[in-house]
Amino acid sequence: MQRFQCPFCGLRDETEFHFATEAGKSRPEPAEEVTDAEWAAYLHLNDALKGQAREVWVHLTCGEYFLMTRDTLTREVSGSEALPGRAS
Amino acid sequence: MTRRYSALSLFREGLGGHRGWQPAWRKADPRPAYDAIIVGGGGHGLATAYYLAKNHGITRVAVLERGWVGGGNTGRNTTVVRSNYFYPESVALYDLALRLYEGLSRELNYNIMLSQRGMLIAAHTPMQMEICTRIANAMQLNGVDGALMSAEEAMRRVPLLNRSEDARYRCMGGIWQGRAGVARHDAVAWAYARAASGLGIDIIENCAVTDLLIEGGRVTGVETSRGTIRAERVGLAAAGATPGLAARAGVTLPIHTYALQAFVSEPVKPCLDTVLLYLGTGTYVSQSDKGELVVGGGLDRVPTHGQRGNLPAQETVLSGLLEMFPAFGQLKLLRQWAGVVDVVPDSSPVIGPTAVEGLYLNCGWGTGGFKAIPAGGWLLAHLLARGEHHEISRPFGLDRFVTGRLIDEAAGSGIAH
Repeated sequence: MQRFQCPFCGLRDETEFHFATEAGKSRPEPAEEVTDAEWAAYLHLNDALKGQAREVWVHLTCGEYFLMTRDTLTREVSGSEALPGRAS
Repeated sequence: MTRRYSALSLFREGLGGHRGWQPAWRKADPRPAYDAIIVGGGGHGLATAYYLAKNHGITRVAVLERGWVGGGNTGRNTTVVRSNYFYPESVALYDLALRLYEGLSRELNYNIMLSQRGMLIAAHTPMQMEICTRIANAMQLNGVDGALMSAEEAMRRVPLLNRSEDARYRCMGGIWQGRAGVARHDAVAWAYARAASGLGIDIIENCAVTDLLIEGGRVTGVETSRGTIRAERVGLAAAGATPGLAARAGVTLPIHTYALQAFVSEPVKPCLDTVLLYLGTGTYVSQSDKGELVVGGGLDRVPTHGQRGNLPAQETVLSGLLEMFPAFGQLKLLRQWAGVVDVVPDSSPVIGPTAVEGLYLNCGWGTGGFKAIPAGGWLLAHLLARGEHHEISRPFGLDRFVTGRLIDEAAGSGIAH
C-alpha cells in the first residue's frame, strides 16, 4: 500500500485517492469559438509519458483536488500541493 | 530438418533423438530499409506482419521489439478469448478475431491450444439479469452466439460456485458465450512469429525504437538502439509504450496507462472447465491445462508505466475470487505479475491513421488486447498496405474522439475499465 500526501489531511492510503487529470490543461474559451478538435483535445488527450508527471488528484475522503508531482515509472512522489488559490 | 509440425514429424524427430528441430523463427539483423516497419513484437505486431505478407504480399517488413517476442502484454494476460460485446462495431471486430482464432492452429501449423470451453458473465440482481438479457439479445442480433443462462444451469456447470444463502454476490445466472474460451498466449505470439518469419519477414528482438523520423509531415523511418532504419510506412503496436512513441512524432493520444495484474495459483486437479467473470466482484478466473487457476480483475487505480501491481488491487481481485469460490481459499498463489495497458475513454481500441502520413496506430486495447490479436493484425496490415481503413476498423479511428461517435463498451458490455 502506497501512501500519498493530501495537502489538507496529510499522508493517507492510496485507496483514498483518485487520479483526475494531467496538470496544465486549460479549458478553451470562449465556448462559441472552440472547435470540435480543440474541445476533444481538452477532454481526451494526455501525454501519459514515462517518468516525471504533474497531475491533478482528488482526495476522495475530503473532496479536495490538488497537484501531485510523481514518477510514473518508479511511483515515487516528489511533491504535493494545493491548487493555486486554495490554501492548505 | 523439420519445417512442418505434425504427429509424423514428431515421430520422425523422435527417432533421431530430437536433434533435427530448428528455431521457429530467424533471428534477423536490421537492414537499412524496409517497405514497412512494425514497432512492437507482441501478438498484434507479429500478426500484422503475417497478414501483411499473406493478405497483401508485402514481405519487406521488419518487426522491431525492444525486448523479446511476446514478452509484453501478450505474455502477461489471462488468455481469454471471447466476443461478447454490445455494440455492432465491437462485435464485428472481436468476432473477426475469434473466427480467425478458430482456424489459427491449422492455418499457422502451430498448436495455439484454443479451448472453446465457454464463458459465463455472472449477474447477481434482477436488474443485472435485465442488462444481461439486453447484451445477450444484442449479441444475437449482431450474429454471434450469446444466450442467457439460468442460475441452476450455472450451478450445474460450475459446481464449486458459492452457494451460501448469505453470499454477498450470489450467482443469479448471466450471459453465456459457448465459443469463448482460452488459448495459449505464448503460442499465439510464437505461431505468428514463425509464420511471418517463414514468409520472409525480419523479426528483430532487443531493438528499441528511440525516435520516429518525420520529414515534411510524413514518416520516413525510425531511430533504434541498433541504428537508423528507413521505411515509408510505420505501424505502432506497442500498447503502453505507444504514447511515448507517438509523442516522438508530435502525436498526442487519448490514452492513460495503468498496470493490470494477473495471478496463478498452484496447480490442482480439474475443477473449473469454463471461464467465469463475476459482475459483482470484477474478478475472472479459468483453469489452465496445467491445473493452475488463472485469475484477473480490474486495473490498478494509479496511472503508471511500471510493470508491477500494487497491493490494494491484489486484495480486491483475490477477495473477489474467494467470494466466488470459497474453496479456493486453501490454494497458494504461485505467481503474480502485471502489464502496462493503454486505456482510452470509451474502452474501445484505436486503429487508424494519424496526422503524420504513413504512421498508423493499433493501440488502446486496454485490458482486452489478447482476444483481439488476429483482428488487430489483420486490420493494421490492411491500413499499412492500402493506406485506408478496412470496413471493420473504420469506426475505431482517432477521429471518433472529435466527432463524439464513441463506442463505449464500458457502458455497453460493462468491461472492467
